[in-house]
Amino acid sequence: MSETTFHPAVIEMKGADVCALRDGALTVVAAVNWTVAPGEFWVVAGQQHSGKSDLLMLAAGLMTPARGSARVFGCDPEALGEAQIAERLRVGFVFAGGQLFNQLSVQENVALPLRYQKNLSAAEAGRVADVLLEMLELTPFAHVHPANLAVNWRQRAALARALILKPELLLLDNPLARLGGRHRAWLLQFLDELGRGQAWFGGRPMTMIASTDDLRPWHDEGKKQFAVLREKNFAVVGSWNAVRASGDHAVKELLGEPPGPTL
Amino acid sequence: MRGNLAKTIELVNTQVFRRAMLPKSYTDRLGRKLFLLLLTVQGLGAFALITLGVMVKKFRVAPRVLQPLVRREISRAGVALLPMFFFIALALGFVVVSQTVSALAKLGQSDWLGSTMVIVIVRELGPLLTAMLVLARVGTANVIELGTARALGEVEALEALGIDPVHYLIVPRIIGMAAGIFSLTVYLILGALASGYLFAFLQDVPMTPGDYLKQIAGALSWLDFALLALKTTAFGFFIAIVTCYHGLAQPLRLEDVSRVAVRAVTQGVMVCVLVDAVFIVLYLVT
Repeated sequence: MSETTFHPAVIEMKGADVCALRDGALTVVAAVNWTVAPGEFWVVAGQQHSGKSDLLMLAAGLMTPARGSARVFGCDPEALGEAQIAERLRVGFVFAGGQLFNQLSVQENVALPLRYQKNLSAAEAGRVADVLLEMLELTPFAHVHPANLAVNWRQRAALARALILKPELLLLDNPLARLGGRHRAWLLQFLDELGRGQAWFGGRPMTMIASTDDLRPWHDEGKKQFAVLREKNFAVVGSWNAVRASGDHAVKELLGEPPGPTL
Repeated sequence: MRGNLAKTIELVNTQVFRRAMLPKSYTDRLGRKLFLLLLTVQGLGAFALITLGVMVKKFRVAPRVLQPLVRREISRAGVALLPMFFFIALALGFVVVSQTVSALAKLGQSDWLGSTMVIVIVRELGPLLTAMLVLARVGTANVIELGTARALGEVEALEALGIDPVHYLIVPRIIGMAAGIFSLTVYLILGALASGYLFAFLQDVPMTPGDYLKQIAGALSWLDFALLALKTTAFGFFIAIVTCYHGLAQPLRLEDVSRVAVRAVTQGVMVCVLVDAVFIVLYLVT
């Protein structure tokens, strides 16, 4: 946390009420106080429908808080209009279902943000996209359309699309939920590499926030920060050791311990 | 027992229904319908203005992405429909033009041929028929495509990538549809007039091609050309706005897409008739 005094916070929420994307009148998480410093890796855990996706949308500046303030790179999401498009592009967002454009092939999907923002031809942007596809082992699927792709690879293509503009902040909405064992291991390792700083992305550690409904795969030696969502509340837990030591039943449940009543 | 109870309730209900002179529900229903209509008009108006604003403001944004999209839309709403329009032009010539030509010739009123043709084909039937056909073929596809994209969360994905969904998804469709309807109308009018003469000729109507052309050219004024261009562009713009609005403007569920498509086509037809009415007034005034 001491870093925040030297660097501006990447995300800063003060008493922010998160409303649902589908229903603006419904508050799903209330009064979030949260600061994310550059280079941090946060895992936000919560049961299904606990508001993880909406919280991430707010963190990405795609929604505005119903109450309180939420600033992304020091900007108010409401002010993230045309002039602040550069700020928006510092954030990469990987949706839970990938949300790839079904009319376009994997390579076109990945290249689209670059083409649109830099006004490049399909061939020029395609060359850049190919490098990223190679890095993510997606080259064999470059010309396949998302509908013909297995979920594992679709999710990876969505990650590539979020990374093409070399964001400083990467948000992943429940990235492990639909993946098989090998793909989970690959993704966790790849995210760790990004967290250490990878040459293609300028070498600086990428700030990351991932949401999950199962904490177990995210265990580490203390680099990640954990927070949980329960009963419309956002609570910072701390490092993995704090998660393990926590007596909170919501945290225990997210660690796979026998659940309480489902309703 | 249950069946009897249901029958009784049904009976009571129909009796109440029949006895009531003007139940409150009628007014409620009418009021709700009117209210919904006003909301739709307001939504469509706002959507049209926003889209126009984006068209002007982002004229120079990402042309290398937009140009291929515009070309694709023009091909979809124009070039791809040419075979169908060839057939429609033949049919229109056969059904309307040749019958009118031979009827007027029989009555010895061939002098009225030019103005009749201009009013029926050039001003009314050509543009309106084109608009209806493009609405049916491309407008429906628009609603379904955009509705599905919206329901699958692709619009949020575009926003997350800093791409304006109105600019990327709607502007090409509007340009494509306006250009498509304008060009197809011109082809339809030319085709119908030519094939009409051909069928009239086959019916031994005593009129030379030169006379026929002279009659039509004489009845056309410069205003017809200008208003035709304006009218067909307006048709294209409004059909695209109505279909895109219903596909895109509200968050949808996948099962809503078919219902919304039907509504969009109905409203598309209504909007075209309204635009047509405005142009009739313009023709009468000028």
